[in-house]
Amino acid sequence: MEIRVRRKQGKFLIDAGFEGAESGVTALYGPSGAGKTSIVNMAAGLLRPDAGRIAVNGFCLFDSDRRIDLPPEKRRVGYVFQDGRLLPHLSVRANLTYGMNRIPVLRRFVKLDSVVDLLGIGHLLHRRPANLSGGEKQRVAIGRALLTSPAMLLMDEPLASLDAERKAEVMPFITGLVSEFTLPVLYVTHSMDEILNLAARMVIMGEGKVLASGNIEDLFSRGDLQGHFTRDERGAVISTKMENPKDMFGLSHLSFSGRILKVPHISAGPGTRVRVRIPARHVAIALEAPVGTSFQNIFPGRVLEIQDQGTAFVDVHLDIGCPLWARITRQSCRELNLSPGTPVFALVKTVAVSLGAQAIPEV
Amino acid sequence: MDFFRLTAVELEALRLSLWVSAWAVAAGLPFGILTAWVLARLSFPGKSLLDGLVHLPLVLPPVVTGYVLLLILGRNGIIGALLYQYLGVVFAFNWKGAALAAAVMSFPLLVRAVRLSLEGVDRGLEAAARTLGAGPVRVFFTVTLPLVVPGIIAGIILAFARSLGEFGATITFVSNIRGKTQTLPLALYTLTQIPGGETGAMRLCVLSVLISMAALVCSEILARRFAARMKG
Repeated sequence: MEIRVRRKQGKFLIDAGFEGAESGVTALYGPSGAGKTSIVNMAAGLLRPDAGRIAVNGFCLFDSDRRIDLPPEKRRVGYVFQDGRLLPHLSVRANLTYGMNRIPVLRRFVKLDSVVDLLGIGHLLHRRPANLSGGEKQRVAIGRALLTSPAMLLMDEPLASLDAERKAEVMPFITGLVSEFTLPVLYVTHSMDEILNLAARMVIMGEGKVLASGNIEDLFSRGDLQGHFTRDERGAVISTKMENPKDMFGLSHLSFSGRILKVPHISAGPGTRVRVRIPARHVAIALEAPVGTSFQNIFPGRVLEIQDQGTAFVDVHLDIGCPLWARITRQSCRELNLSPGTPVFALVKTVAVSLGAQAIPEV
Repeated sequence: MDFFRLTAVELEALRLSLWVSAWAVAAGLPFGILTAWVLARLSFPGKSLLDGLVHLPLVLPPVVTGYVLLLILGRNGIIGALLYQYLGVVFAFNWKGAALAAAVMSFPLLVRAVRLSLEGVDRGLEAAARTLGAGPVRVFFTVTLPLVVPGIIAGIILAFARSLGEFGATITFVSNIRGKTQTLPLALYTLTQIPGGETGAMRLCVLSVLISMAALVCSEILARRFAARMKG
């Protein structure tokens, strides 16, 4: 997926270019007002760029130089809106088949039955959108977009309007569809959880520009990007492999760079790739290997750099075979006399490991 | 109970009125929806002029509207002469003229109701339908139009009631000819002008009230059904 667009909206200039994965989820991340939804609307053909080029798997949707501008209905792009936008006068079934019926039978690679099964919406088919719950509406909206057998799926914060419980209800369906159908998905969100669960690649946007794009693990290991994440989201994302799903204490052992990370039991078979996020605020630093401690995960490493947040805290960038971030008080930093190159031990609280994907597909 | 027995004149007037009003609404509806859509969705130079033109019959004295129709569409009118010459269509002094007068007079009410409803339609739904592969025309017929059904029903009832009551433009444009252009209000007016016509006038008066009430009840039932369908 290739997106390079320029558009002036009043004083706001969107000038963004990035390459998304040809299959799997590319997350579009950034604060509100960064122009994420505008980019997605341009990809869908609902908003016209002043200049640029949009192409999916070699199929050109927009090219200002070649004067190509396909209307939305010709783009073969499925769009899941933040607010669902189910057609209120049609039943759930009619909503699902509205787009499907426009596609010649031979070009359909998504079947109604399989989508209904995948999203668990069989019992809703005869209902009207007005009396569906928020989570049900979003599942139907996802199914409706999928059933157009699209070349690309656009999802604009599909979970943002849902409460935590409904989010948890819909998330597995999105994970499921990503592994079931090999589609490029452009996924707008400002939730780190969703990114870690779903995305392989990520585009960080700010004020209409692309600040960085690439693999999630790479982006999180870059010191210069930490400032774009909110305080609580700062941290490292580490790609690990399941070694032992359940030891005698009920912990799972994950390996990375020759180290073992112990986390509360996760149900994934040995050899599965598991992505783990370790927020900076859950990592402590010691100068010597601590003895008699409750910390299960202690990794030797060294300090790479120290980022002053201008508050009582500093974020310390560590190398433990892979990048790790620790947030400690400014006072501790002074007392430990930390500076780039200092050998240290990183203490990761077992319970502090926040799990992203249960099992993400090989990318 | 002689009071409830309609005379031949009154029966003719009733039939003609329903016929003329039905035609006025049926013929005006497609144009009304189109005009409402143009006014609600497009912006172009001269839009306020079109808006004013559509609303003109609402503010002009009906007699003026009828006279203008006579000038334009009468047998010797600018367009009327051409229509007669090439299509053999005549509006002057027949029910078609009465229907046309009613259609013109009720047009602003029709357009207003549909336009209001159109402006309430979530454009996001239309955009969603576009991304689902429907072209603009299909989106109009499968999304926009079904969603403005309440406005269309309201417009039809308003226009129908207005057509039933149409007097000034009709009598000016097509005159008051029994069995041809003498609708209910015209018949009622005639009855009030002749000695001994009071009973007939009263009957027509009651009849008019009944028809109007029936139309209102119909629209209410239809609107409720529609609302129920959207929820069910």
